[in-house]
Amino acid sequence: MAQLGQFGLAMAFILAAYAIVASLVGIRARNDKLIASGRNAAICVCIAISTAIFSLGYLFLTNDFSVAYIAAHSSIDLPLHFKISSIWGGQEGSLLFWSWILTVYSALVIAQNRNKHRAMMPYVTSVLMGTSLFFTAMHLFVVNPFKLGAIQMPNGAVSLFHPNDGAGLNPLLQDTLMVIHPPMLYTGMVGFAVPYAFAIAALISRQLGDTWIRTTRRWTMIAWGVLAIGILLGGNWAYHELGWGGYWAWDPVENASLMPWLIGTAFLHSVMVQEKKGMLKIWNVVLIVAAYTMSIFGTMLTRSGLVDSVHAFAKSDIGGYFMAFIVVTLSGALYLILDRLPYLKPESQMGSVVSRESSFLFNNLVLLVSCFAVLWGTMFPVLSEWYNGNKITVGAPFFNRVNVPIAIFLLFLTGVGPLLAWRKASTNSLKRNFLMPAVIALASGVPLYFLGVRHFYAWLSLVMSVFVGITIVREFYKGAKARAYGTGERFHEAVVNLTLRNTRRYGGYIIHFGFVLLFIGWSGQAFSEKIRFPESGIGKTFNVHQYDMRVEDMGVRQGPNYAAQYASVSLYEYGKKIAIMSPEWRKYGGRDQQGTTEVAILSTLRNDVYLVFQGSTDGVSGDFTVYYNPLVMWVWIGGTILGIGTLIALLPNRQTPSKRLQPATVKESEELGQAV
Amino acid sequence: MKSKQLKFLIGSIVILIALAWFGYQGFNESMSYFQTVPELYASGDQAYDRNSIKVQGEVVKGSIRRDGAATVFAIGPKDFKVPQNFSPGPATQTLQIRYVGTDAIPDTFRDYASAIVTGRLRRDGTFEGTFIQAQCASKYERESAAGVKETAANQ
Repeated sequence: MAQLGQFGLAMAFILAAYAIVASLVGIRARNDKLIASGRNAAICVCIAISTAIFSLGYLFLTNDFSVAYIAAHSSIDLPLHFKISSIWGGQEGSLLFWSWILTVYSALVIAQNRNKHRAMMPYVTSVLMGTSLFFTAMHLFVVNPFKLGAIQMPNGAVSLFHPNDGAGLNPLLQDTLMVIHPPMLYTGMVGFAVPYAFAIAALISRQLGDTWIRTTRRWTMIAWGVLAIGILLGGNWAYHELGWGGYWAWDPVENASLMPWLIGTAFLHSVMVQEKKGMLKIWNVVLIVAAYTMSIFGTMLTRSGLVDSVHAFAKSDIGGYFMAFIVVTLSGALYLILDRLPYLKPESQMGSVVSRESSFLFNNLVLLVSCFAVLWGTMFPVLSEWYNGNKITVGAPFFNRVNVPIAIFLLFLTGVGPLLAWRKASTNSLKRNFLMPAVIALASGVPLYFLGVRHFYAWLSLVMSVFVGITIVREFYKGAKARAYGTGERFHEAVVNLTLRNTRRYGGYIIHFGFVLLFIGWSGQAFSEKIRFPESGIGKTFNVHQYDMRVEDMGVRQGPNYAAQYASVSLYEYGKKIAIMSPEWRKYGGRDQQGTTEVAILSTLRNDVYLVFQGSTDGVSGDFTVYYNPLVMWVWIGGTILGIGTLIALLPNRQTPSKRLQPATVKESEELGQAV
Repeated sequence: MKSKQLKFLIGSIVILIALAWFGYQGFNESMSYFQTVPELYASGDQAYDRNSIKVQGEVVKGSIRRDGAATVFAIGPKDFKVPQNFSPGPATQTLQIRYVGTDAIPDTFRDYASAIVTGRLRRDGTFEGTFIQAQCASKYERESAAGVKETAANQ
């Protein structure tokens, strides 16, 4: 099987190289057969890489520890779903997984557009395959997942090594979320390769209208949404697995996934300006190049150990190759942009400062500043060391100081931007759209203040959430009311039909609403509390806000591949018993004997009680830490709504029956008739 | 048209300056020197003046002990062999750490773990730590080669 995987990699390498050459030569020579052959080769690369990754999966399932990667990341007693997730649990496999996603995307997008955009597609194929070629070369020559285990004998000779059992998967990664979080991050980050490939193809073929943007809009949305969910799932994993009471720490690895997302967000917004007004053409190309570069850079950051991180992975020498690849692709893209500047002239002029396009512009400005600040903070240890030999790190306060105001400003734009007119918004329309929400929001600020929200940013963020929430709800309300009046539909039907008829607009509103909820959740962080209760034995009670806790029991139990110390703690709210919390402290088998906490969390819409048990040394008393985290649940709810909004925005618009009566819409018009 | 562009420019510059100012404040608030134990000793008297240092090293085997609310331990070079009558100091390139932080000590913190402690160096040569990070996954992977070797030696 290892040989089959190796063969798949080799085939992928050859086919990707062929696809590039065939496509480029084909379009030069105007040879459609050659172009088609390049296209087919690109699709076959997907089959070849799929063969490789399925081989790797097979090796995991059959416990073939002669392969070094399997021996290092799996063990016989590892449950099935973790064996599958071990495929991307380490360096070699995760890069292969990256490749696999890329080739699947490539095959789909190439097949989807096989008869369209004839001048662009061969270049799209080449660009996508260029990236594939780089990654395949990495698999083959630098970090090969199929390498057999080998050890160096005392006499210096190297011999093959086939252990009886593997080292097992890091216990922290033995978590269901870790089965889905990394694939989602990768699916998101890799996804920017598609719009990037179209942008480069548009530059090369000088077709710089909005074709490349319209063609890739859904791909960009998928990448963006999946990345957002992936990042949030990572936060959720950290929250319930790592036991430090939070979900975001500005760790380099987290930042690595955030940066492409920030630029992707800027891109998603600024392309609308190009579609509607023919402006910002250079800017959009620059943004997608930056998003793609950040994706590659982020992959490198998480995988090379360039920057110290709490959860950095293997230190390895892949950094140099990645850096070289980034330099080559980036300078190629910059050259193309500079060379094609005459084709990137705007078709209209900028409107007033209070206009839709300017809100997009400010959105882009601060998103880029945010990304730059994150990049700066993440890379500062490396930069300062280059500069004067002192490695200087910056912590969360730096990131928060810059990004919290940016985030609140973005939230403000979220409420205002979609309702501003293009060109120039009239004072009257401003009043009509914003006076009522602004008054209500400010009015809600007063009780918030007296309820104890005295932290300025948290207060501002909550007030702004009210403001934006109202503007969004009102958009749905007004639209649905008008529609119900016009069509005779009932109100809730009108809401649904309204959304399905303009999925992009209303899906966007739903995503924005998800962000409102996210902001509510984030604001709660300002009021988190942490209290330690060291050396507490059975019968010990502790109190946090309206909660009382009592340690009822402590003991030891044996899990499938770990031994756990557990505690059983009764939780009382206002004196009434509401739950029994069972935090654990586990030691997994395997060579590492690593201890991990299993946190017990009671989540309500109002707050979380987060109980950490850190084990007992004497069996009589143990260390407990209680976190009181207000509003955390809203982060997960907001994330879910964001995901739903993204899905809706991906749907094609449903056609209006009066315009086109097609079988698909007949049923709907019948319903409409009944309603009338 | 010109005045509109000027307005944009001014608006953008105001935003950028404000954010740069926030960044500068946050930077001063949270910057810390990241050093290994030998680097810390090499920076001499300067080390005492630095408000926040992150020092990295491997937890010396058997050095972790409780002292009231504090946790005391030593960090040093990789695979440090503890000599008889061991006392941490520049001679062995090891550093005595007194952790007084309020955060719970991470799961991954134990003998031989690669730890990063944030704090400051006191005149008596102990390092007062307020925050501990211990590397998990990277340690895990780097160790795999060594781990395999150990198993091989046992056979």
